[in-house]
Amino acid sequence: MRILFKTNYKQDLNLAKHGGHRFWYGLLILVLFAAPLILGGYYIGEATRILIYAMAGLGLMVLTGFTGQVSLGHAAFLAIGAYTNAWFLAQGFSSFVALPMAALLSMIGGLLVAIPAARMSGIYLAIATLAFAIIVEDFAGHLNSITGGNRGMMVDVPTLFGYQIWESWELYLFVLSILVVATLAVLNILRSPLGRAMIAVRDSEVSSQALGVNPMKIKVFAFTVSAAITGLAGAFLAHYMSFLTPQIFGILLSIQLLLMIVLGGLGTVHGVFFGAVLIGVLETGISIAKDTLPSSIGGLPGIEPFVFGVILISVIVFEPTGIYGRWIKIRSYMEFFPIYRRKSFKRQRTYLKTERLR
Amino acid sequence: MNEFLQLLIVGISQGCIYGLMALGFVMIYKATEMINFAQGDMMMLGSFVAWTLIMDLGIPFWLGVPATLIIMASFGALVDILIVRRVIGQPQFAVIILTLGLGIIFRAAAGMIWGQVPLTIDSPISGSSSFYGIVIGNERLVIIAVTAVLIAILWAYFRYSKWGIAMKAASQNQLAAYYSGIPVRVIISAVWAVAAAISALAGILLAPITLIEPMNGLLGIKAFAAAVIGGFGSMPGAILGGLIVGIIEPFAAAYVPAVKGSLIYVVMLIVLALRPQGLFAQIHKKKL
Amino acid sequence: MNLLEIENLSISFGGVKAVDDVSFVVEEGSVYAIIGPNGAGKSTIFNLLSRFYEPLSGQLNFAGNDLLELRAKDIARLGIARTFQNLELFEHASVLQNLLVGRHVHNSQSWWRQVLFTSSVIEAELEHRRKVEEVIDFLELAHYRNQMISGLPYGVRKKIELARALCIEPKLLLLDEPSSGLNPEETEEMGFWIEDIRRDLNMTVVLIEHDMSLVAEVSDRVLAIVDGKVVTEGDHTFVQSHPEVVSAYLGDVQ
Repeated sequence: MRILFKTNYKQDLNLAKHGGHRFWYGLLILVLFAAPLILGGYYIGEATRILIYAMAGLGLMVLTGFTGQVSLGHAAFLAIGAYTNAWFLAQGFSSFVALPMAALLSMIGGLLVAIPAARMSGIYLAIATLAFAIIVEDFAGHLNSITGGNRGMMVDVPTLFGYQIWESWELYLFVLSILVVATLAVLNILRSPLGRAMIAVRDSEVSSQALGVNPMKIKVFAFTVSAAITGLAGAFLAHYMSFLTPQIFGILLSIQLLLMIVLGGLGTVHGVFFGAVLIGVLETGISIAKDTLPSSIGGLPGIEPFVFGVILISVIVFEPTGIYGRWIKIRSYMEFFPIYRRKSFKRQRTYLKTERLR
Repeated sequence: MNEFLQLLIVGISQGCIYGLMALGFVMIYKATEMINFAQGDMMMLGSFVAWTLIMDLGIPFWLGVPATLIIMASFGALVDILIVRRVIGQPQFAVIILTLGLGIIFRAAAGMIWGQVPLTIDSPISGSSSFYGIVIGNERLVIIAVTAVLIAILWAYFRYSKWGIAMKAASQNQLAAYYSGIPVRVIISAVWAVAAAISALAGILLAPITLIEPMNGLLGIKAFAAAVIGGFGSMPGAILGGLIVGIIEPFAAAYVPAVKGSLIYVVMLIVLALRPQGLFAQIHKKKL
Repeated sequence: MNLLEIENLSISFGGVKAVDDVSFVVEEGSVYAIIGPNGAGKSTIFNLLSRFYEPLSGQLNFAGNDLLELRAKDIARLGIARTFQNLELFEHASVLQNLLVGRHVHNSQSWWRQVLFTSSVIEAELEHRRKVEEVIDFLELAHYRNQMISGLPYGVRKKIELARALCIEPKLLLLDEPSSGLNPEETEEMGFWIEDIRRDLNMTVVLIEHDMSLVAEVSDRVLAIVDGKVVTEGDHTFVQSHPEVVSAYLGDVQ
């Protein structure tokens, strides 16, 4: 067990709280950037997909995990980002224009939803975002001149300074760099007053108001940041897919994003990455298992969503804090061995306010 | 004018289906403050179960229908007892995600059991009636009639029967109902059972006019829009919302085909933006 | 000087008048207690002051400001802080984070500075932290500083809610049943703190309270409310002996 001696309040503001943090996170980033030297093309491709999931999940986490606004329509922002990026590249602009435009248009989409949505609570918000996603998907199918409609649309490769990014490892590094920047921005928000206000709105809207927080403003801010990050992820998803059809951005993608952050652990940045890796590995795993299992099981249509559904429900019922929550428990079990008590993480009886019976 | 009437009746019959499903949503919401995103999938399962009983096992239609309703009611109660009950008291998103997950599982399971090839049930009601120059399929008229009867039964049930009143009490204040000796847990399972049975009925009614396939579960989203337009928590509102959604659809398809897929959601968003609590608001302010 | 003036305040819920023509003034630097049986409309007065409810009629005046012109989020900025009867803490955040939210009204950093976490944000954060630590010292919460709210016992939560309100550095503190759910020692402690808050921090306190010994100990004036109506007002001995107050608490003595 590590005991920290703090001599300065500034220590609590640092992202890496002690030498161990600095070492391990530094090593992680180093390994991630060096990965193309070790891994072959196929695995780099898989890794790129996981990074894109992580970016989209990061966007959703800002809104759902930290501000408590459930969105069932984040695929819409992926779609806006993907199509904007592809369209600007098709017009001959470089990624320096296309990527910011993807983020900007998603942000505008986010604002459009946020302003009415900030007045809604729980279920109404979930259903409004769901409706927004359906409308965006429908639109993408009808705007033939921009999106190619249901026939689909080819995506040009990204270009930087006139250099075309063809190789999969180049795309990987590009995505990774942007993801690192986005993660740092989110971490900064979380350690400043805005992040605390977001958590306040999530946990108790009334008392946040009584403390001078404007929940409307905070929700709109969270929506905008969330949409921008998810839009960027969409832009990269376009490159990863290299061919876009509206069906990609259906409701199942939105649910999968939600599933990812819940699996990883809601309300933590770690959770985003745990979730993205798990979903990515699971997808690969299921497709491998499908080939190796006897076709009577592996060949069944719908085995993939079935497995996802079962995992999702098990997590909600048995470990609502997700993988990250489980990891914290295991870690403290080892730190405090042999005096660890199961009770340390027992949830306190919540003081029911709705007069509902458990 | 004839075309208008024709579309209107088609819309009303379609709206009855949505209304029934929305009714299921609203009942469960009122009793448990939970949204059952798997409602549409329960409807879909209901129509598959009916198909198995009637077409596969050869049970007569008039026996197969009540058997389906009983099977699906037990299924609904089981879902509550085995799974949903465990998350009561957890934050709302947990419940939303749980029922979304259930929906995914139901859809996938239906695909594995019954396959992706659309199925049909031979209905004893066929043919069409014509009056005032419009021609309407009899099965659509049956939908409207059955829905009307069901609404009357439900109304009487909640008004006069002991169980119905207990359900109403439990949905208004669980603790108070519990202290008055109402078995709240049993009541909640019963609500799930009734909601599942109503959706199954919607599924059976829908079967003659559309094909039965796993993706029908996604119709639940439209029913959800109906419930929202009507104002969650109001049973007449659910039916009205269903009718609004049902009527919008054929008219949009006939006159503005470009927006037929999204018009109801646009309407729903407008309703939400103007009246965030729905048309038939039941405003409950949280006690501080 | 009067810090808070309430005139002819009324509100009704579904036809029931929860607050009926209530008027009173709170003098700056005093401790003012509101008593009354459950459901008398005491908390509703606080919720009206917080602007969570819209009154049917009446005037709310605080230090020369008309509260009815403001919205809920603006009240804290004027210098009014409150606690809640059923505790409204940020459950899934640490004690320190909860208290830092109390500093929200003193934040003036723009959003993009916060995203970049510039040196001016760091300066401001350190200043907030120092203020929060003063409150932590004052209420002896150092032990819990980095713990999550969701794992803490009720008595401690109660204290943290008080601490969070103090972090606003308010002029007026509204305490909704500060002693409910506390054991006798904790209640006594709460009494000392309320005295300290008035004396050392120069805050005016309005409290809703059932524990008459606490009311007697700390309050300068007491207002008794029954069924939304003012029954009487005065010092605690006078109010406690008022026949209508006695009958409201003990039932009619025939």
